[in-house]
Amino acid sequence: MDFLSDHQPELLPGNRQLPPTQGVIEAPHGTTIVAVTFPGGVVLAGDRRATMGNVIAQRDIEKVFPADEYSAVGIAGTAGLAVEMVKLFQLELEHFEKVEGAQLSLEGKANRLSTMIRSNLGMAMQGLAVVPLFAGYDLDRERGRIFSYDVTGGRSEEHNFAATGSGSIFARGAMKKLFRGDLTEEQATTLVVQALYDAADDDSATGGPDVARRIYPIITVITEDGFRRLSEDEASELSRAVLQHRLEEPDGPKAALL
Amino acid sequence: MSTPFYVSPQQAMADRAEYARKGIARGRSLVVLQYADGIVFVGENPSRALHKFSEIYDRIGFAAAGKYNEYENLRIGGVRYADLRGYTYDRDDVTARGLANVYAQTLGTIFSSAAEKPYEVELVVAEVGETPEGDQIYRLPHDGSIVDEHGSVAVGGNAELISNYLDQRHQDGMTLAEALKLAVQALSRESNGTQREIPAERLEVAVLDRTRPQSRKFKRIVGRQLGRLLEENGAATEAESSEEEGSEEE
Repeated sequence: MDFLSDHQPELLPGNRQLPPTQGVIEAPHGTTIVAVTFPGGVVLAGDRRATMGNVIAQRDIEKVFPADEYSAVGIAGTAGLAVEMVKLFQLELEHFEKVEGAQLSLEGKANRLSTMIRSNLGMAMQGLAVVPLFAGYDLDRERGRIFSYDVTGGRSEEHNFAATGSGSIFARGAMKKLFRGDLTEEQATTLVVQALYDAADDDSATGGPDVARRIYPIITVITEDGFRRLSEDEASELSRAVLQHRLEEPDGPKAALL
Repeated sequence: MSTPFYVSPQQAMADRAEYARKGIARGRSLVVLQYADGIVFVGENPSRALHKFSEIYDRIGFAAAGKYNEYENLRIGGVRYADLRGYTYDRDDVTARGLANVYAQTLGTIFSSAAEKPYEVELVVAEVGETPEGDQIYRLPHDGSIVDEHGSVAVGGNAELISNYLDQRHQDGMTLAEALKLAVQALSRESNGTQREIPAERLEVAVLDRTRPQSRKFKRIVGRQLGRLLEENGAATEAESSEEEGSEEE
C-alpha cells in the first residue's frame, strides 16, 4: 500500500532487513490448497496441517481466508509470513473499496497479490516462501476463476482446477480424474475433499480429516452471492461421507479406463 | 503596502464561524437516526457518484454536509486512520470515539489557524453497537467541537428545524421502515413551514445494521430495496391518512 510505505514502512513485509542466516530457518509451513470451478462459482479448500521439518507444528491451522466479499485466498508455505500477507491483502482490497467506492476487478486483485509475493522474494530465497492460490467470482464475466502463483510472483490463470503446496501433485492427480465440466456446488465440494484426502494419503505434510479431534478441511464456496465458508457440520458431513466410501474403496472413486 | 486593520480575536473567530456556517447551510441537510437494528443515514442527494455517507470501518459510518472536496478529504483520512489502526492492532481497536477525536483535532486546527480558511463541513461519525445502548453518534461541527448525540441528529442547511422535528417524534426501537419514513418527513420540511416532495431517486440511504452476519455492518440501500422500504411505509400509513399516500405516488 502506497500510503503505508510512506507513512509506516516498517509495517510492510517487504521492507524488513533479514539477518544473514546459515541454512534453512525452521518455521511452520502450511501445505495443500486446492481449488475447483463449477458452473456458477468456485470452491477453494485447504487441509489443516502445519509442519516444521518432520514435526506436525499445528493440527488445526486455518489456511483459507476470505480476501473480500467475492474472493478468497489459500496459502501454502511459511505460515507466519503467509498469514501476514493475507492480512495486508485483505486490508488493501477493503481500503480500495472504501476509498474508491467500488471493488477492484478480479484481475486487479490477482495482480496485486502477485506484487506482494514478489516483494517476499528475499525471504523465499532463504526458504521462507509463500505460494498462495487465489480464487474468486468474476462479477463481470459471471464465473469463478482461479489464479496460481510461483515464488517469484509469477501469476497464471488456471482453468477448471488447481492445487498448491507439498501435496499438490497428488491432489492435482485426483482432481484430473474426478473433474467434470458440469459439477454442482455439492459435487465440487466433495471433489475437493477427495483431492485433499488423496494428498494426505501420499504426502506426510498434508493432514487428512481428523474424525477423533473433529478437525476437517476448510471448504469455502464463492458464487454470485459472495463468499461462504462451510460450517463445521457441513464439512464434517462431507468428510465423513468420503471416509465412509474409502472404507470400501481405500483409493477412492475409480475413473473409467477408456 | 498599507498597514492591516486590527481585528479582535473574538471578531476574527466569529467571522470565520459565520463563513463556515454559511457554507454548510448552502448544502442539503441529512439526518442520522437510531432504529431497532442499527443506525440509518438518510439524505437528499441528486448525485449517484458523490456520496454523503460512507463506510469507515466495520461498525463505523461517516456522514457529512457541506463542501464536497473538503469532507471527501476528511473521509479518506478517516478510512486511512481506521485501516491503519485495525491493521496495526486489531479490528476491535478501531472506535468511533477515537476517530471523532482525530476529526475534532483536524477541524479544530484548521479552524483556528489563520493561514487556512475554515472547512465548510459538518460531520457525523456513528458506530453501531451490539445493542442499541452501545450505539454512538458524534456530531462534529466546523470548529472542531464534538457533540455526543442520542437518538437522532441532523446536519446541514435546515438542521435546526429538522432536528427539532426529529427530537419530538423519534422513539427508541423504531423499525427501519419507520425510521426511514420519519427521516424523509423531516427532510422534506422547509424553513417557511411548507413541505416538499423528495422522490426516491434523490434519496441516499445507508445503514449500519448490527444484524448483518459480516463484520462490516455498513450497507447502502438502493434501488428496489429502498423502494420496498418506502412502500412498506405507504402501506402502513394508508389506514391513517389516504391523502398522504396519494401524494406520495404522484
